[in-house]
Amino acid sequence: MSKIHVTTKINGDTVEFLCDPRETVLDVLRDRLGLTGAKEGCGTGDCGACSVTLDGRLVCSCLVLGAEADGKEIGTVEGIAQGEDLHPLQEKFIEYAALQCGICTPGILVAAKSLLEKNPDPTEEQVRYWLAGNLCRCTGYDKIIRAVMDTAADLREAS
Amino acid sequence: MSVTIPLPHDAARMHVTGTARYVDDIPTPAGSLHLAFGLSPIARGRITGLDLDAVRAAPGVVAVMTAKDLPFANDVSPSAHDEPLLAEDEVFYAGQPVFLVVATSHLAARKAARLGDMRFEDLPAILTIEQALAADSRFEDGPRVYGRGDVGPAIAAAPRQVEGEFELGGQEHFYLEGQVALALPQEGGDMVVHSSTQHPTEIQHKVAEALGVPMHGVRVEIRRMGGGFGGKESQGNALAVACAVAARATGRTCKMRYDRDDDMTITGKRHAFRIAYRAGFEDDGRLIGVDFTHYAICGWAMDLSLPVADRAMLHADNAYYLPTVRIESHRLKTNTQSATAYRGFGGPQGMVGIERVMDHIAHDLGLDPVLVRQRNYYAAPVGGGAAPRPSASPRGISNKKEAGRVTPYGMEVEDFELQGMTNALMESSGYAARRAAIAAWNADNAVIKKGIAFSPVKFGISFTLTHLNQAGALVHVYQDGSVHLNHGGTEMGQGLFQKVAQVAADRFGIGLEAVKITATDTGKVPNTSATAASSGSDLNGMAVKAACDTIRDRMAAFLAERAQADVSDVRFADGRVFVGADEMSFAEAAAAAYQGRISLSATGFYKTPKVAWDRIKGEGRPFFYFAYGCAVTEVAIDTRTGENRILRADLLHDAGASLNPALDIGQVEGAYVQGAGWLTTEELVWDDAGRLRTHAPSTYKIPACSDRPDVFNVGLWGAVNREDTIYRSKAVGEPPFMLGISAWLALSDAVAACGTAYPAMDAPATAEEVWRAVRRVRDGV
Ligand code: FES
Ligand code: FES
Repeated sequence: MSKIHVTTKINGDTVEFLCDPRETVLDVLRDRLGLTGAKEGCGTGDCGACSVTLDGRLVCSCLVLGAEADGKEIGTVEGIAQGEDLHPLQEKFIEYAALQCGICTPGILVAAKSLLEKNPDPTEEQVRYWLAGNLCRCTGYDKIIRAVMDTAADLREAS
Repeated sequence: MSVTIPLPHDAARMHVTGTARYVDDIPTPAGSLHLAFGLSPIARGRITGLDLDAVRAAPGVVAVMTAKDLPFANDVSPSAHDEPLLAEDEVFYAGQPVFLVVATSHLAARKAARLGDMRFEDLPAILTIEQALAADSRFEDGPRVYGRGDVGPAIAAAPRQVEGEFELGGQEHFYLEGQVALALPQEGGDMVVHSSTQHPTEIQHKVAEALGVPMHGVRVEIRRMGGGFGGKESQGNALAVACAVAARATGRTCKMRYDRDDDMTITGKRHAFRIAYRAGFEDDGRLIGVDFTHYAICGWAMDLSLPVADRAMLHADNAYYLPTVRIESHRLKTNTQSATAYRGFGGPQGMVGIERVMDHIAHDLGLDPVLVRQRNYYAAPVGGGAAPRPSASPRGISNKKEAGRVTPYGMEVEDFELQGMTNALMESSGYAARRAAIAAWNADNAVIKKGIAFSPVKFGISFTLTHLNQAGALVHVYQDGSVHLNHGGTEMGQGLFQKVAQVAADRFGIGLEAVKITATDTGKVPNTSATAASSGSDLNGMAVKAACDTIRDRMAAFLAERAQADVSDVRFADGRVFVGADEMSFAEAAAAAYQGRISLSATGFYKTPKVAWDRIKGEGRPFFYFAYGCAVTEVAIDTRTGENRILRADLLHDAGASLNPALDIGQVEGAYVQGAGWLTTEELVWDDAGRLRTHAPSTYKIPACSDRPDVFNVGLWGAVNREDTIYRSKAVGEPPFMLGISAWLALSDAVAACGTAYPAMDAPATAEEVWRAVRRVRDGV
């Protein structure tokens, strides 16, 4: 099967790759580009572990074909920190112990960051429903919500 | 001091940056192969034809294997050698692996696996409890029975009785990281296996059998799992063995991960139970006798079903003294996935049984269920802690077991904490006022009804298979003062590695940054037990403490001798070592000891004291101690649809002197939500042909962020462990799971507000089940 040539930007860097027409963005990130931060929890758009942004929009990368990324910008968990400097959300997740096994964490951070970019002052209910597509089997979500709310408050104060 | 501090998870920084490596993230050499199983589409039948030509011809396929192609043992069972990796002549459940595809990519392997042409002669499948009982299809020769006293006459003579029967569904683990293994062939026929497993030694054992090599020819490593919950105690065996066999056959690295649907279709889950009960009690709610029958659906292979069903029996008392009791347990063999370990290991099922009885008694008497529970609690310990209950005898009879403290299996409960904990939680949760407010709400509102319920937990800590209560550790101190830490426990998110590192840092008086946590490795610590039964930090913490103390004592003796000081004057604290009036950094002390030719490496070993248990008689001390907890949950239901919400949860949990309160509170919250999920939204559905229809998150509903209670208060009970555990902490992995029972009871309470009959709900209390119960209670249909 002939491969498709795709040019995208990932976390700000231009990236080119060849992919099979059936491969998803998740497969490409993990298997071709060595970006294993996004995880496969279901492969059917139901768990959010594979969350990335595509031109700023939050998507499940398991539901987007690699070929569709052509000419678009992808944002992944690997691009959230600036070098050694963690994003405030990342710091709060550590501070609040908002993770256990950590495998849902990349997807949740990508989703939470995209929420705060759209809505810097979300209510707790808005946070809960925005993150309802990101399953976590370990934490029970309480600390995750608190970490997101608290980050939002800090960011508002700082701006 | 590095213990008792609320430090974050050891890998938290890697988790938030996406750099924490799970097995599927490990870079593999070019030319690595990927595996998938071809699965039985039927629940039971004899294989009459297996045409795999289309599979072999599919793009990317390198090899296809059936049972005949396996060089040595075809067995991945953790217990009874009754679980072939690949089916031989018969299949025993829909989803059983029949053949193995080895291909150049994960997708190619999965696609090819669908192309197998399998023909069967159908045989009658046993799918229900009735069918299993009729066919006498069971593990062990008959039911196990534990008990005390003559329960029949006791119940008959009691002033009041209740009886009932209910279904208690199973539960999918839904670890967010599916099962995965990776095998790398080595020189001389050796094999290195990375496996997402709670039990590396078991993987090593099964792989060695499958390759026909001694255990020394196999090394198994696991740095972290993306969740386990018991689902990776035995269920990873098949993938690891398949990878090893394929790697041996092809000479190439082989990886296998189950896609989510395959994972849910192939692997075992929590045991579904039916529980029948009969109880006799006083007019004030105190139990006189209770008779339980447990029907456990074990699936097609034995796996860990016997100890799971035993533990259900051992928790049939939960927190209550049962004067006379009989528990009969049927372990039924069915043509479904082989039910396996799941957080609580049968304990939750046993506990739901007695909590149902308490709830039913309170309803029958019109009493507050909390009062009924308090009246039936075990007596408070002699001379300690919690307020003694009125009937408790004074101290001074310490050699004789006092009746109100003895479990049905003859173990004395010496550390009961629940009197004090219950009072504290009643207070902090405002239970009494809220109960009154809810009654007022329900009187005024016909459509939305509210409910509130309390439930306690007393959970026994130790493996009931006594010999498993052992652990080993390996610690090195390098000449620069840095420490390499290894032990037999595995990290699945619970924070075990951090807790144990805190112990090591504390023993040497150094900072945590000087301690390197390393992957669990069968080449470093051999013959380990599964990280299970909540025992991880109890066992491994003690083993690491022993290893560290050995090295520390050697260093102290050397430094004392060198300085002509007394060894008792050597102190390790704050990264320094004090030798009488002298002082140096820990690194300088390590360098000096090295130059003085002192061994700076040691193993440590621990075995739990006091435990002894006869599972056939049902007598002894299966547990070193108990962990306690209690919860109050408030819910609302829509009586028109059964839709429901948890509005508020208040949890109080006993982690002893917590090694790390941040991690422990995380365990309590996560466990509660998982327990509540089990009893509310998580429904497993098999069709009449025995096929699991709920095999993806689209059809199987675990709690989501939106389901979190609006108000969620979680606290730790500060009492120290009365037994000599690591820094007097308590195990915390499983016990809080059962706090979720209060959510189920609260739903029942809300339903009860619709009429006068007892709701008698099954579990899980899905919206449908709540709706049905409302109709039963309100309309009598
Ligand atoms: S893997 Fe994409 S949503 Fe689950
Ligand atoms: S931390 Fe394990 S799934 Fe969220």
